[in-house]
Amino acid sequence: MRWKVKVIVRLKEGLNDPEGRVIQKALRNLGFNVENLRVPKYFEFELESEKPEEEAEEMCRKLLANPLIHEWEYSVEPVS
Amino acid sequence: MVKFAVVVFPGTNCDFETERAIRKAGAEAERVWYKTSLKDFDGVVLPGGFSYADYLRAGAIAARQEIMEEVKEFARDGRPVLGICNGFQILTESGLLPGALRPNKVPRFICRWVHLKVADTETPFTQLYEPGETIRMPIAHAEGNYYVDEPSKVRVVFQYSDEKGNITEEANPNGSLLNIAAVANEKGNVLGTMPHPERASDRFLGSEDGLRLFRSMVEWARR
Repeated sequence: MRWKVKVIVRLKEGLNDPEGRVIQKALRNLGFNVENLRVPKYFEFELESEKPEEEAEEMCRKLLANPLIHEWEYSVEPVS
Repeated sequence: MVKFAVVVFPGTNCDFETERAIRKAGAEAERVWYKTSLKDFDGVVLPGGFSYADYLRAGAIAARQEIMEEVKEFARDGRPVLGICNGFQILTESGLLPGALRPNKVPRFICRWVHLKVADTETPFTQLYEPGETIRMPIAHAEGNYYVDEPSKVRVVFQYSDEKGNITEEANPNGSLLNIAAVANEKGNVLGTMPHPERASDRFLGSEDGLRLFRSMVEWARR
């Protein structure tokens, strides 16, 4: 079966996100009152699999994220 | 004569200089494409550059290539494995060294000379340095901000310092935990360094301090 998988990988809470800090500063310079801006990575792909959740988890653990510094979440839905 | 492999991934760009520095230190060196086997070598060096364009995370994709299984065997056998800059990133991503290299605290590429305090002279890579000595090498990286869960368990080899060897916040170019610039595994035979010793291996480059790292490694591999 074919699935659409969406994965978000973000730095763990408390870890400094330099890219987020710069973007936040730029937004604040434009007059927006932004705080705690983080820049996660978003992946989407189609996956042929019998156990898509299990495989998505494995992909995060093995490559998409670095478990030492990242947390992740994913969603899976059938491709119609 | 001992012979070192200098592994080249797509995007590696410090391979020639590294090969030259190893030869100058008295060993044979050969640049090896990452799809080649590492048998017949006495040690491995993962040089600097931008493997796979640093897509995803620096070193992440190179770390998952088949050749790294052979590099892990070298590490297990106690043979020398050296990762410089991108090579250090590959070593942490592959689990051969603890920790992770995050984007620099000031979010840009930094290329400049730094001072380093030699914190551990008991490794195969630092045996020719004096304990507590201050040396000079250049750095050139965007992701050199070292992080680890349990710093007390890590074997710190170089720390960013001022000229006199003081470990200060001002001397820390990238936000690394405890000013860490280089770490070794528990046995000491795997070393990752963000500063580039090959770029400090000749007087005309501005420093020869990095050459002693290669000389230490070569001398140790000969035994």
